[in-house]
Amino acid sequence: MTTAHWLGLITGVLFGVLLQKGRVLRFDKQVGAMLLTDMTILKFMMSAILVGMIGIQLLAHFGLIALSHKPMNVGAVVIGGALFGAGWAIMGYCPGTSLGAVGEGRWHAVFAIIGMILGAAIYAELFPLFKSTVIAWKDFGKIGLPDGIGVPTWIVVILFWAGALGLFAFFEKKKI
Amino acid sequence: MKLIMDDGGWSPYLAGALVGVLAIVSAWATTQWLGKTHYLGASTTFVRAAGLLEQPIAADHVAANDYFTETKIKIDWQFMLVLGILLGALISSKMDGSFRIEHVPPTWEKRFGPSVGKRAAGALFGGAVAMIGARLADGCPSGHGLSGMMQLSISAFVALGLFFGVGVVVAHFVYRGGQS
Repeated sequence: MTTAHWLGLITGVLFGVLLQKGRVLRFDKQVGAMLLTDMTILKFMMSAILVGMIGIQLLAHFGLIALSHKPMNVGAVVIGGALFGAGWAIMGYCPGTSLGAVGEGRWHAVFAIIGMILGAAIYAELFPLFKSTVIAWKDFGKIGLPDGIGVPTWIVVILFWAGALGLFAFFEKKKI
Repeated sequence: MKLIMDDGGWSPYLAGALVGVLAIVSAWATTQWLGKTHYLGASTTFVRAAGLLEQPIAADHVAANDYFTETKIKIDWQFMLVLGILLGALISSKMDGSFRIEHVPPTWEKRFGPSVGKRAAGALFGGAVAMIGARLADGCPSGHGLSGMMQLSISAFVALGLFFGVGVVVAHFVYRGGQS
């Protein structure tokens, strides 16, 4: 085990504990969010984003970490995002939470894990086809929203916080 | 607002905020010790797992595949992170008594009955479709949803919007027959 392995394992264990404590590893919570009846996972994700955003943007501002935007490849992100959403609704887990679900005894998530490994193998076979079609359509590259719309980073952060807090207030009022 | 729930779970706001702290510390620690900023993610590990499983039966085929070559089939930082999630969830659920052996999730059972075979078929199909999508979009709710959003990546806003948007539509069809 190298430093990278230990660091990954320790981070993963802490991530797993927090996912479990937040009760977001459950099929019912994930599908509940998509049925708009239980917003637990949205509250969890948005809280993580709100806090993480400040630290990540500060560290990047002072050059202590490097940002690594994933490319805004239109065909890939739009079609891939839609396929993921459809599969997510049927599977009831996302890649990270499937492992955690097995950890808390929901062993049937093993089928989801096998399905995702199969999907990865299928993707590897289809990759040449995607590369010459969907992926080749239009790529805006690795861009952040502040640069993309020409608004300073901290203004975007403040607006995002305001929107998220409004959303939280709405969820609490509706008791979802 | 309650931070600790009756069943020993934590408020999603609290647990989520702590994940935000973990993401910040992890980005800084990986930059310090590994020389490159690593962000929380999970779906690339499934590609590596597929490659590792295929290697013993079709080594040449894996070596000749562009996607496997590009992704580099190895056990890396993220692979250990994903395994760590399982371990962390096991420790946490055993400690607060929320560990349960469950054969079929309640919401699924209400719609499709207690058959493990049906659940397995749904999970296999849904899992395969979702992972093809995640690899095409280059991320899942961890990589795009958490890490990408914290970085304010445009791709993350689009991907997360579609994950949820399409998820909502498909979930209503699958679990409610299109009725809201």
